[in-house]
Amino acid sequence: MSANCDELEVSVWRGDRLSGHFEVFHVPAQDSQTILDVVSWIQQNLDATLSYRYACRVGMCGSCAMMVNGVPRWTCRTHVKKVMNGNKLEVAPLRNLPVIKDLATDMDPFFDKWIAAEGLHHPTKTRDEPIETINPDSTMRAEANAGIECINCSVCYSACDTVAGNVDYLGPAALQRAWTLFNDAKDSGQNAILEAVSGAGGCHNCHSQGSCTVFCPNELNPMKAIAELKKATTKSFFKKRV
Amino acid sequence: MLGVRLYMLQRLTALIMAPLTLGHIAVMIYAVQGGLSTAEILSRTQGSIWWLLFYGSFVVAVSLHAAIGLRVIVHETLGLKRPALNILTLVVSLLLLFMGARAVLAVTLT
Ligand code: SF4
Ligand code: SF4
Ligand code: FES
Repeated sequence: MSANCDELEVSVWRGDRLSGHFEVFHVPAQDSQTILDVVSWIQQNLDATLSYRYACRVGMCGSCAMMVNGVPRWTCRTHVKKVMNGNKLEVAPLRNLPVIKDLATDMDPFFDKWIAAEGLHHPTKTRDEPIETINPDSTMRAEANAGIECINCSVCYSACDTVAGNVDYLGPAALQRAWTLFNDAKDSGQNAILEAVSGAGGCHNCHSQGSCTVFCPNELNPMKAIAELKKATTKSFFKKRV
Repeated sequence: MLGVRLYMLQRLTALIMAPLTLGHIAVMIYAVQGGLSTAEILSRTQGSIWWLLFYGSFVVAVSLHAAIGLRVIVHETLGLKRPALNILTLVVSLLLLFMGARAVLAVTLT
């Protein structure tokens, strides 16, 4: 046991879309150190060519997610001490997304699926009309509020085995946004949303095993949102036929 | 690879299968406890429209339900895509239907 407890042994994925390997760096351990601190330290002190993505550093922007010891996490709010394996860390790009370089993934497929799930605003009014009053206590508003804090970090998308096995699956975040908008009184896209989540990559592919919900750093529950979408599409399936 | 139509079909066939499975188990327990012989069983099932309907609808439900389930597994684990996936779903469904129908007809036709 010669491991120096004041030093972390960090394996960092280096590579591009086609190939890559882990490279080991030694990083001084510090109090209250986050995974993002470690990655930044490597980039600033050991290898300036290391690519990674972040912006806010406070869990708001959703751009810093990576695989940490095999698990998707928001790295700016993940403390090294909580996830360390001995004194070892392994940091890799998010699963289920193409790698651009090193730790930076191409988020396009993730966001394209938000659009495909109709996770975009469908206005009910023009700018000239008065703003609608929303009753915060209504059941539909409560449903909409449940998913509103999503920061688009793609942690759930990386955690989802159905995404891994089915490239067309829209994934937990996009479907959760669809359910949020479905319940939003200021959104008129209900039919378009039900249509969009009923296709070959839609909500019916979810196996309800809940990795999305377990790993969402904001403690949201995409699995429940998807179950509600299944109910709503089932209702409309029978309605259309009577 | 499961749109709302296949999803509904799989759920509805499950709803059909559930009571029929319970019925089947009840019949099996009855047959075993009462010590019915093969000939006695066949004498009750052959020519019976009710047993034909009972096991016939079970076979139809199973053919659809299992083929859709297999479709999902094959797509997610082996990566088979449409149109091959659609063909596989259809072939599995027809195969199960054929084998099941053969068995049901063998014990219900006189
Ligand atoms: S519950 Fe559904 S969306 Fe969530 S990880 Fe599992 S399959 Fe993916
Ligand atoms: S649902 Fe949670 S894990 Fe998924 S993108 Fe939103 S904040 Fe991230
Ligand atoms: S850097 Fe913005 S959420 Fe981590």
